[in-house]
Amino acid sequence: MEDIMTVVDWSRWQFALTAIYHWLFVPLTLGLSVIVAVMESIYLKTGEQKWLSTCKFWMTLLAINFAIGVATGIILEFEFGTNWSNYSWFVGDIFGAPLAIEGILAFFLEATFGAVMFFGWGKVSPKFHLASTWLTAIGASISALWILVANSWMQYPVGMEFDPAQMRNVMDNFWALFSGVAVNKFFHTVFSGWALSGVFVIGVSCYFLLRKSNTDFALRSIRTGGWIGLAGLLLCMYTGDGSAVEVTRTQPMKLAAMEGLYYGQHGEDLVAIGVVNPDKKWDNDEPPYLWEISLPKGLSILARHDLDAFVPGINDIINGVDYTSDGEQINTVSYEERIMRGKQAQQALRDYGMAMQKNDSVAMQKAADALRPNFPYFGYGYFSSPGEAIPPVAVTFYSFRIMVMLGSYFLLFYIVVLFLAYRKEMALRNWRWLQIIALISVPLMWVCSEAGWMVAEVGRQPWTVQNLLPTVAAISDVPASSVVITFWMFAIIFTLLLAAEVSIMIKYINKSTKTDLSNPSKK
Amino acid sequence: MTAKGIINMYVEGFRSMTIGRTLWAIILLKLFIMFFVLKLFFFPNILEKNYNTDAERASAVRHNLTDFE
Repeated sequence: MEDIMTVVDWSRWQFALTAIYHWLFVPLTLGLSVIVAVMESIYLKTGEQKWLSTCKFWMTLLAINFAIGVATGIILEFEFGTNWSNYSWFVGDIFGAPLAIEGILAFFLEATFGAVMFFGWGKVSPKFHLASTWLTAIGASISALWILVANSWMQYPVGMEFDPAQMRNVMDNFWALFSGVAVNKFFHTVFSGWALSGVFVIGVSCYFLLRKSNTDFALRSIRTGGWIGLAGLLLCMYTGDGSAVEVTRTQPMKLAAMEGLYYGQHGEDLVAIGVVNPDKKWDNDEPPYLWEISLPKGLSILARHDLDAFVPGINDIINGVDYTSDGEQINTVSYEERIMRGKQAQQALRDYGMAMQKNDSVAMQKAADALRPNFPYFGYGYFSSPGEAIPPVAVTFYSFRIMVMLGSYFLLFYIVVLFLAYRKEMALRNWRWLQIIALISVPLMWVCSEAGWMVAEVGRQPWTVQNLLPTVAAISDVPASSVVITFWMFAIIFTLLLAAEVSIMIKYINKSTKTDLSNPSKK
Repeated sequence: MTAKGIINMYVEGFRSMTIGRTLWAIILLKLFIMFFVLKLFFFPNILEKNYNTDAERASAVRHNLTDFE
């Protein structure tokens, strides 16, 4: 087995597997908690029992998702310590501080107010209960904030200085962690949770309509979930645009991979749909696509908000070439030079270690001085060719298009469903084909959401920390066989958890279709 | 709300659960597998396990990252 796949590959697959499964639960918690809070707010304002029963139904589904999904992210932290020990030491308190804050906030806000939200009906005042529901929703988003701050630092490492004695990055500016990359990523992710949960609420509500059960409850839910989902989707698109600009600025190679773009130009087109040429490599003359349909100047607008802006392709970035919108050439650092300077940085660190062993403070200072200017390219020293620093183009390209195409479909979906819910209510009640489409849309929304993460995480390969630490250096010295065993254990455990969640939800929903939700005691 | 009231809220909350009992069984089983099986037997912190001090861990990481002899 070790001959076929290395410990790096298995560790990456294991991390991807656990992250993908974890993300099945998280966005529903982020969005459904807000939808439930809005429903409870309406109940408190109107005093109408129908809103209370609506709120309680969705709160139960939230509880199921919360219970099954809670702590699945901790497994990722286990993997840091075992499979990625070089990485977890190297990132130091930069990564540890946000995760520690996340743990504390998650515990206090979600656990404390979540308990009041689920158990406190009739035991605390209605206003305190509502506040607890909102604080649970806010707590979930704040938890996400710290995780995403840590993730953003890996994509755009700032606010730290590397200490060669400790072999750790030491935080020197906490607020720098809240970079444009982090802010866009946070809002993009949280709003994607709203968009996902809106589709979930509409899909489940359409199941009630299909069964001709609790139709008023279903329409009420569709309207509430629809508006929050639509707002989430529009804000997700807006912050996605901000993310594209940030990616162009901080991770241009990721943007080039998203587009399968090898040589850029001014007024670059955006490939709307196409097939990348599997034989295309950065160092051959094959065409990049087998076929493609492009939007004129679309990429220049997306990347730099300028019709005529130059967008560098993979080869431009490798060659260290970029241009201003006026056509003036900007020389960035070529990958050949980055590799050379990375190797110099590694030699300086090696020298520092030898000087430390000899307790030679003069030599240590000299090595530290040699390390500092080349440290921004430290990770490139692990490569022998620029091609090793290119992410998998096809996966990034297709994931981006799946996310955008499904996102566009869901915009249309929300508009149609909300229009029908307000103007053609009977159509929404009776059009079975539309109700079935809404049900099918629920898993598609998860595909869209996971595809977004694929773009973000596959597109930044081969880096665990951008420019500083590639996966090949971040890995621990553990046998691949042990990672293989735990990979399959996780695959089984997570699949069982997912099956349990879906099964419990379906049972509860089916049971609810046989109950009058406006009067739950009546069958 | 008094401390007794808070405890009562939890106790009655758990008692009145229907679906929640299955959920709590899943949560407890999951946490047991994660912390008492996976963490203990399959996911040791490599650096914590193999080295005693931070200086030793730093030295090991330096060696790993630079192939330092």
